[in-house]
Amino acid sequence: MAVAEVPTSPQAAQDNSAQQQTWHGIVLQSLKRNEISLVPYVPDRVLTTLIKNLHADPFFTTFPTAREEEAVGIVTGAWMGGRRGAVLMQTSGFATLATVLASLAIPYQIPLIMFVSERGTLGEFNYGQSLVCRTMRPVLDSLAMEHHTATRLDEFEFIVDRSIKQAITTQAPVALILSPLLTGGKVFDK
Amino acid sequence: MNRFDLTSRLIAKLKNEEAVVGGIGNTNFDLWAAGRRPQNFYMLGSMGLAFPIALGVALAQPNRRVFALEGDGSLLMQLGSLSTIATLAPKNLTMVVMDNGVYQITGAQPTPGATVADIVAIAAASGLGNSAWAADEEDFERLIELSMSASAPTLIGVRIDEKPGVGTTRRDPVQIRERFMHGLGVREPL
Repeated sequence: MAVAEVPTSPQAAQDNSAQQQTWHGIVLQSLKRNEISLVPYVPDRVLTTLIKNLHADPFFTTFPTAREEEAVGIVTGAWMGGRRGAVLMQTSGFATLATVLASLAIPYQIPLIMFVSERGTLGEFNYGQSLVCRTMRPVLDSLAMEHHTATRLDEFEFIVDRSIKQAITTQAPVALILSPLLTGGKVFDK
Repeated sequence: MNRFDLTSRLIAKLKNEEAVVGGIGNTNFDLWAAGRRPQNFYMLGSMGLAFPIALGVALAQPNRRVFALEGDGSLLMQLGSLSTIATLAPKNLTMVVMDNGVYQITGAQPTPGATVADIVAIAAASGLGNSAWAADEEDFERLIELSMSASAPTLIGVRIDEKPGVGTTRRDPVQIRERFMHGLGVREPL
C-alpha cells in the first residue's frame, strides 16, 4: 500500500472522511453525536435529503410544523424537559421569528439551534426571496445572536459541532446558515 | 366561569409534580396567583406558543402529565399547532383554552373569532378528537381528571368571564426557566 493512501494522523483521517461526506450527512451525524434527537422543521427543497434521512433514522423524532415559531416553542419546551432539539427552516421562515427570539429564546436562555437553508442569493430567481434574505443577518445582528454562514464542506463539521456545543454550554441560540455555496441551493428550472 | 377559579381548581388536583405551562398575559398571571409551583412555566411573550412549549415538555418527559393553559386569542395565532399535536398524539398532554372572546389585557377588544368560531370544533377538526367544552366548574374538574388517564391528548374549552387576572407574574425569564427545570428534575440548584 502506498504511503499516501494511509491516513497519517487523526487530522488526515478526518479530512479524508470529510471529503467523502455530504453536508447533510455532517448535519445528521453532528446532531446525533451531540444527542440532539428532536428535529421539527418547516421544509425547504434544499433540505429534502436531510429531512428524508432524519425520518429514516429511529434515533430522531422529526416532524413538520405549520410555522417556524411553533417549532421554536417545541424545542424550547423539550430543552426545559431535558431533551435536546434543533429546528430546520428556510430563510423566509427565519424572517417570521424575530418576536419569538426576542421574547422566548434569548431572554429565557434557550440553546435554540437553527439550521437555515439560505434562499435569496447566488442565483435567486424570486424577487421576494432575495428581499426577505436581506432581513436575516440584520435581525441576527440586532439581537447579538451567534450566527455562521457555512460555505465550505471542509469547514462544515467544525462549524456545526462547535456551534452546537457553544449554544448548549452558553445557553444561547445559534443560527447556522446553509449557503448555496455549500448546498448548491435552488435554481430556476421551470 | 372564571379563569382564576378554574386554574385554582386545576392546581388543587395536582399531586404528581405535573407540569403546567401558562400562556401569555392573564393566563399565566392567574397560574402565578394560584400557587407558585416549581413545575409551573410562565410565558412572558411568544404569544400563542403555550401549546407548542407544552408539547415539547410532553415529548421530553412522556411519563409526566403536562397541562397547558392558553387564551382563545393566543390560540388563534397558532391554530396549526393543533394539527401538529394531533399528529404526534402525546397522551400525557392536557390543553385548556380559556375562551372569553376578547383580548382582555389590551382593553377587551373582541377577537376575530369571538362571535363565529368554535374553538373546540376547530380542535376536533384539527385531529384532536378528545376535545370538549366544559359545561360548568364541576364538568371542568371531571374532564381534567379524565384527561389524566386518557390514551390521547385532551383539549378542554372553558367559557370564562372578562375579568382580568388576579396576580402579576414576576417577569424574570431566567429564574422562571431555571426553576421550571429544577421542578422537572432536569437540573439541581447551584
